[in-house]
Amino acid sequence: MPTFVYMTRCDGCGQCVDICPSDIMHIDKTLRRAYNIEPNMCWECYSCVKACPHHAIDVRGYADFAPLGHSVRVHRDEEKGTIAWRIKFRNGKKDMELLAPITTKPWGTGYPDLAAAAAPAGDMVKGENLYNEPKYVAMNDSALATLESNGLEIKEGVYY
Amino acid sequence: MFMTNPFDALTSLISADVMQMYIVVMAVLVAGGTILDMMHKKSAKYFFENAEKAKASATRTVSAGEKVGLAVGTVASEVLTSSEFCNTKRRISHLLTMYGFIIFVATSALMIFECDTIATSTLAQLWHIGAIMLCLGGYWFWFFIRVDVNSEGAKWYKLVRADIFIVSLFTTATFGLIWSYLQSGGAHGAVADMGWTTLFFVLFVISNTTLFASVLWSKFAHMFFKPAAAYQKKTTIADGSRENLPGEFDLSSPEVQARFPDIPEYMGKNPEYMGPGIRRESPNHY
Repeated sequence: MPTFVYMTRCDGCGQCVDICPSDIMHIDKTLRRAYNIEPNMCWECYSCVKACPHHAIDVRGYADFAPLGHSVRVHRDEEKGTIAWRIKFRNGKKDMELLAPITTKPWGTGYPDLAAAAAPAGDMVKGENLYNEPKYVAMNDSALATLESNGLEIKEGVYY
Repeated sequence: MFMTNPFDALTSLISADVMQMYIVVMAVLVAGGTILDMMHKKSAKYFFENAEKAKASATRTVSAGEKVGLAVGTVASEVLTSSEFCNTKRRISHLLTMYGFIIFVATSALMIFECDTIATSTLAQLWHIGAIMLCLGGYWFWFFIRVDVNSEGAKWYKLVRADIFIVSLFTTATFGLIWSYLQSGGAHGAVADMGWTTLFFVLFVISNTTLFASVLWSKFAHMFFKPAAAYQKKTTIADGSRENLPGEFDLSSPEVQARFPDIPEYMGKNPEYMGPGIRRESPNHY
């Protein structure tokens, strides 16, 4: 469900306005505080929720991961490099915390060096795959690619 | 100009009683405006409801002594040093504006009520310093820091209702300074004869009245509810309810690594600092 702003927490800094991919976080013309101008267009990407330095933005989570009435809040700490989530059920008893690093590589170092990459060969130009797309993520004629067929497995935690 | 009480020369035109009455009316307008604002926005109701909610999910009880400590901390940190601003420029601009306003208003009242305990020249100097601080902070905010509420590259001269407070604030200080300067150049006691001086005095009174009379429509009342919000935020951290926010975690702490064992697996025992992500740039792209 769409984002909403706690007006007493917001100081109108504009971080959410800047980061919103749908450009729907605006600053109110009377109170100079942020608000969601078009809740229907919010896809709950949580970008503004994570970017807000005052935790002034909240989202009511859907029932697909916890019964309705729960609270799902996130704290993204750039100094410590952590992103922590807390999901609390409406009965107040089930209370879970999750933690992950924001990134496992220093910021600004993960860009592919496209100039050094080989030019696409003829097959690649005519094929459906995107440039440099790993073959195991694409559909192909022979079979549906699976984790097993590509020698991969899912592990608990955040791996990327 | 800086050593002269600007309200002295006014007494030939306006009696001291009228000036004192004006100050009282402005104080009543601020109090009334704040109460109406509170009723209209239901902010007090919201605060109490929120406090009840926080209490229900508290993990520990905050003692009275701790509450006093939190209140002192709020005054020392959020109120006196505007620590809640993450943006240093905004914080400095806010401090200049806030202290400029307090000095300006307090010295105006003291000079108009003819306070004898502090020398008039000192008060006059402080009045001018306050006005200059207000101008510095106000114009800095207006031209360089202000969020563009229209998100469309609106020009600095485009005014919206959100600007009532800041515009009336820096126009009050600007017109006050110009009036004081023009008056110091002219003959004392002949204010009414001096066209420009009178004009700027009238503008000064208009912007002053707008500032104090528009509390219901401007963000003037933030000086009352912001400290309350800051205190409430500190209380939720102290009582463990934390507004349902997750705790603070340090990736290199052994307890955190024991609780989330996948982290040391791909980050190592001592995860390095990756640098700022979102905060590499300040928000100014709208």
